[in-house]
This record gives sequence, structure tokens and C-alpha cells, in this order.
Amino acid sequence: MAVSAHVDENEDAPELIPGATAGVKSFVAPPETQEAIGFTPALTDGWQERALQRMGELLERYRSLRVFMDACVHCGACTDKCHYYLGTRDPNNMPVARQELMRRVYRRYFTPAGRLFPKLVGARELTKEVLEEWFTYYYQCSECRRCSIFCPYGIDTAEVTMAAREILNSVGYGQKYSNEIIGKVHRIGNNLGLNPAALRNTLEGLEEELKEEVGREIRFPVDEKGAEVLLVTPSADFFAEPHIYSLIGYAKVFHAAGISWTLSTKASEGGNFGLFIGNYDQLRRIALRIREAALELGVKRVVVGECGHAWRVAYSFWNTLIGVGAGADPEDRYGQMLQRQLDHRYKQPSHICEVTYDLLERGAIKVDPTANDRYVVTFHDSCNVARASRMGSSSEGQFEIPRAIIRRVARRFVEMNPETTRERTFCCGGGGGLLTDELLEIRVKGAKPRMKALKAAVEQEGVNFMATICAICKAQFTKVLPAYGFKMSMVGGVHQLVSNAILL
Amino acid sequence: MLVLFYVASAVFVVGLVLKLVQYGRTPAPLKIPTTPAPATRGGVIWRLVKEVTVFESLFKGDLLLWLFAILFHGGLLLVTVRHLRYFLDPVPEVIVWLQPFGIYGGMAMVVGLLGLWGRRLLIARVRYISTVSDHLWLLLLLVLAGSGLLMTFVTHPDVVAVKAFVRGAITFSPEPFPSDLMVALHLLAFFVLLVLFPFSKLLHAPGLFFSPTRNQADDPRERRHLASWAAALEREKAGAEER
Ligand code: SF4
Ligand code: SF4
Repeated sequence: MAVSAHVDENEDAPELIPGATAGVKSFVAPPETQEAIGFTPALTDGWQERALQRMGELLERYRSLRVFMDACVHCGACTDKCHYYLGTRDPNNMPVARQELMRRVYRRYFTPAGRLFPKLVGARELTKEVLEEWFTYYYQCSECRRCSIFCPYGIDTAEVTMAAREILNSVGYGQKYSNEIIGKVHRIGNNLGLNPAALRNTLEGLEEELKEEVGREIRFPVDEKGAEVLLVTPSADFFAEPHIYSLIGYAKVFHAAGISWTLSTKASEGGNFGLFIGNYDQLRRIALRIREAALELGVKRVVVGECGHAWRVAYSFWNTLIGVGAGADPEDRYGQMLQRQLDHRYKQPSHICEVTYDLLERGAIKVDPTANDRYVVTFHDSCNVARASRMGSSSEGQFEIPRAIIRRVARRFVEMNPETTRERTFCCGGGGGLLTDELLEIRVKGAKPRMKALKAAVEQEGVNFMATICAICKAQFTKVLPAYGFKMSMVGGVHQLVSNAILL
Repeated sequence: MLVLFYVASAVFVVGLVLKLVQYGRTPAPLKIPTTPAPATRGGVIWRLVKEVTVFESLFKGDLLLWLFAILFHGGLLLVTVRHLRYFLDPVPEVIVWLQPFGIYGGMAMVVGLLGLWGRRLLIARVRYISTVSDHLWLLLLLVLAGSGLLMTFVTHPDVVAVKAFVRGAITFSPEPFPSDLMVALHLLAFFVLLVLFPFSKLLHAPGLFFSPTRNQADDPRERRHLASWAAALEREKAGAEER
């Protein structure tokens, strides 16, 4: 599919174009895909009742959902904050309108006002039509949380989207892309379906290539018991471009610092699509592989590679889900089991950027920034890192640490428009389970706000490299950069730059 | 009037308490503060104080809306303080001193409300998301504020009698309701607000304090956070998974 776009198109378009992307739909998961992960195979009679029942359960289980359903005052502060709205002008892509798709149903069935005066408060029955709308627009949200920054009550549309997807899944109306990937993780161990033998092969090939290139034995150990570090990274790092250059970067960092490390065939995936579909059980089961691998291999530290949502899950949820972290209650046997094994002089889990930054600070690894002199670098903050996690111990470490690394390894670094970076960063347009071809149109349009800021940086500052620390951002940008007239090699990882500059 | 006074107050109190209990009992299974977020309890309190007093997030989001919102809510605060004179006897010095500001507060409220309504009508995005009830709320609040200002500047009701009625109602020693249409309208509008509060978007006020994206400390690596149902799930599955 050839999609091309322009950053200025749409600028004079009317504020709202109802139904602009009503036709951009994910593929529905076929019954086998649903069944493979224990979900209802298909939409059957009585779905409405089951959907409402699930909704009721979620309202009791998630305070976020309950409060968010009640608290919105329709103030509109969020309406122009979503990249999908900005790129499409479809009113259903305004965060509040997206929430409203569920809230109207919530009012109708769960509040007295909606039961008594549905018209007055805009309540609506859960019909097949509404379900279709959910399926369309809750898969046009990348769960990037940008809207929640500006909402006076912190209403996070991502939470609503996750709940909606969970309800859709519970009635057998899942998204093919996400659910297939979850199936692969359980069956093979990673999102890309790379089996252990293939993984070993790939990594051996990489070792040989590197030996020729830099003349050193840089290892990519797999399943090595007793290694200090278990590295959990998105599986795209194993062979996709530009991801693999960052993988090489991590390996060089460990090599140069003399830290023993290992990958795990069992935990050969940092990503966790359980997050995207809002399913706690999947989220936990996918995360459990990491716990099992860490216990089996006896590692002291768990480090996460460049992946935005993986870092959110690792940083914010692993301690809860699987006990990778600290501070488990003494009574909490499950949490204690792993936490006794881990070395608490380090944050558990750590981000690879935290590791590298710390080594740079201590002088334990050395770099030559002139190696990146061909680049004028800018940094794209990935949403899950920016708004759902942190690094280091300062509350803005997730912004500062990657930038500090870049400044050490490259001499020319410039920022994009501050309205589009740090906590206000725009999603790449492909996050949250949208990185699939049938959604290309919305992905390209959703990338527009970022492309606009990039274009300005290219024109004014001569930027020719946009560094980022997310596998999805990298994959999405390589696809959409050409649509905006940029070279796809313009995007790459922070550790790709580290890899160029590090002295071995 | 007296009956309505009690009914409205009862619905408000019971409805609100039930909502607060519901919010309080519903767990937040995962750590989801919107980052950058404070790592300590004290930091969280400071974050909430800023949200409640200066509407920090809204300030980042939409300056004009923030201005109208501050005018309205700030005005409401001053007006509320001014109204304390009907409930307290004797009226404390500070409140006497603050009285005149209540009038400016009332004006600020009206300006804020008109601004908010203007946005709702003029900005296509906001018009699109407005429901009938959103407009009715603005109408109700304008009736409340407008009737209040009218009484201050034009009709001048017998405030001594009004105070006697209110004091009588709250001390359960009823006094007659002064026959004044403006006062009646003002009070009725207020009762409607009280009754609807626990069932409407006015829940944004208590909701903010329960919002996990704002009230959680960002310390997931330092402390293991477990919701009750998640802990139960863990116990149930632990047997099978433990090694
Ligand atoms: S979470 Fe992101 S994608 Fe979803 S509605 Fe909010 S801004 Fe848009
Ligand atoms: S900013 Fe918050 S309260 Fe305002 S419309 Fe959006 S979700 Fe609702």
C-alpha cells in the first residue's frame, strides 16, 4: 500500500470531519486465534449481556475506570491533544469522544441518570453498531496517555481503551494483530515467532559479523546460568533494522564494562501485549516468563532493552506482577522468592539506558563522540517511557538520561519543538497494538504531529538522525518516514549511537 | 421549603457517602501515575494541592478554559465563604471581613460561567462533546449565581429572616420561610444541585482525589504494590507456579 502524506495538509481543514476514519478497521481475530489464548472464539448470541457483565466487573476491579467514567465534565481540554485527532480531524479521535463511546453505555446501564433520562445525558444502548464503533475507535488509540497530561482529573483514555478492548475480547471480538502476537509469545517465546534454535543461529551469525567488523569477540550469550545480568529486550532487536544496531550497542556496553550477561530463550521478548488489550491475566502470564527465566538462570540483575511499553510494564508493573523489584512484604512469599536473589545495589529492573549512563558516569566505559560526527541528532521521547515510567531516581530521569547518553556519544544534539517532547511528546502513531498493515492509514496520519516537529528540526537545524528507545517507534518510523519524504534510515536507537562511539 | 431542605441535604449526603465508599473500596491494581510523578506521599499531596487550587493540568492544556474555570471556582469559593454567615451564629470576624469579596466572587462566577458557555457554543470540538445536561448545568449555575446577585443589588430580601430560617433548619428548630420569590428560586436551584451532585459530573470534585493517575506515588520499583483481588489471584495460582 502506498500512502503518502504531507505535514501541512489538513491545516485548513474544518475542525471536525465526522467519520473521517470510520472505515479504518483492524482485522477481527479469527476463532483459532482467540481460542489459542483462551478467549471467547467469536461473537455469539447473548454477547450484549456478557459485555455488560464484564464491564460491571471491570468497574469493580479498576478504580481508574470507575472514576474516569464519572468524573469527566466535557470541558474539552483534551480534545485537541491526540495525534490521531490532529492527523484525521475525526471527532471520535478526540480523547473525550473516544471515552464517551464507553461512557454513554456506562450511563445507560450503570447510572440512575442514564437509566431514567438517557437522552438528556447522552446515554446509549450497547448495540452491534456501538460495538463496531468501539472496535474501530478503540483500535485507533495508541494508549499513549498524552491526553491524561492535560485533563484536570487525570483521566487517562488509555485506561478506557484497555477496558474496552478487554470487553471486546470477552465477547469474542478481538483484534487479530494483538491476539496473534500474544499467541506467539506463549507458543514460541516472543512476538515475532523466533524459535530458540533460530534465535541462537541469528546471534551466532551476529557474533561472526562483528568479529570481522571490529575484530573482537563480542558475545551474545543465550541461557547462560550464573550470568550477572538477564537482558530482556524486544524480539525485533534480534533482526529488524534499525533495532539490531542497538542490540549490538548493548552487547558492546556489557563487553566493554566486563559485565557478564545473558539473553533467555524463554524470555526472548520484552514486549507485553497483555498491556495493550487490558487483560490482567495475560499481562501477568506474559511477564511470568521473565520471572521464571530470572530464577532459572540465577541472575542478579534484570535489564530491559529499548522498548517503550516493555519498559512501562517492567518499571511500573513487574514488581506487582512477578516480584522483580524491591520492597516485598516479609509475609509476601512470592515476592520475597525472587527479591532475595536480586542485587539491590541496582534498581530492579533497570533500563539499559540507566546501565549505560551509570557506566559512562563512572568512567567504566569510554566513548569517542566524533564517531557520530556525521549526525545531527534529535531525540523522540516514546510515550510509555515519558508518561508511564521513569529512569534513575529523579522524576524526569526518563527524559534526562537518554539525552545525557546522546550528548556523550554524539557532538551535535538538538531538541525538537518543546511542545512535542518530554511529557508532551507525540506518539509515533504506531503504538498500543496499531502496528499492523491494515491500520497504515491511521498510522501515517497519526504520525503527523511528530513529523511536523521533525520537519522543522530538519529544516532549521539540519537534523539527520532521530534517536528513540522504542522498538515500536523504530518500526513505525521506518514505515512512515518515507510517506513524509524522509529517509527511513533517519531513525535509530540511542544504543546505535553508543555502538558507533564506544571504545572497545 | 423545610422539607425540601432536609430531603435535598439527605440525598446529597447519603449519595455522596455511597459514592466515596464505592471509590474507596475499588482497588487500583496497577501503578499508573502519569509521569513525571512524585515518588513520595508528600509529593503526591503537593501534586493534588496544585491540581485543586491552581488547576495545574488544565493550565497546561487550555489557557482560556483555565481562566474561566478559575474565575468560576474561585468565585464559588468566595461566595461559599460569604454564605457561611447564614449558618454560623455568631459570625466569626474573618468571615465578616471576607463578606464584600463574596460579591466579587459572585460576579466572577457569572463571568466564568458565561465564558464556559461561550466555549461550549462556539468551539466546534467542545460543542460536539456537549450533552443537553452540560448546557442545563450551566443554566442552573447561572440561575443560582444570577439570583444571588439580583438579591444583593436589586431585590434586597430580608436577610435576617433568611438566616433565621436556615439556622432553624440546621438546629432542628424550624422558623418560617420568608415569602420572597427570589430567595425561593435561589434555594430551589441550590436544592436541585445538591440532589443531582452524587449522580452527575459534579463528581469530578471528589473524583480527582481518587484518580490513580494523580494520587499514586511513583515508587513501583521500591515497594511492591498489590491490590486485594490481584493478591488473591496470586495465592490461587501460586501453588501451580511456585518452584
Ligand atoms: S491515549 Fe493517546 S491515542 Fe489514546 S486518546 Fe489519548 S492521546 Fe489519543
Ligand atoms: S480534559 Fe478530562 S474532563 Fe475535560 S473533556 Fe477531556 S477527559 Fe473530560
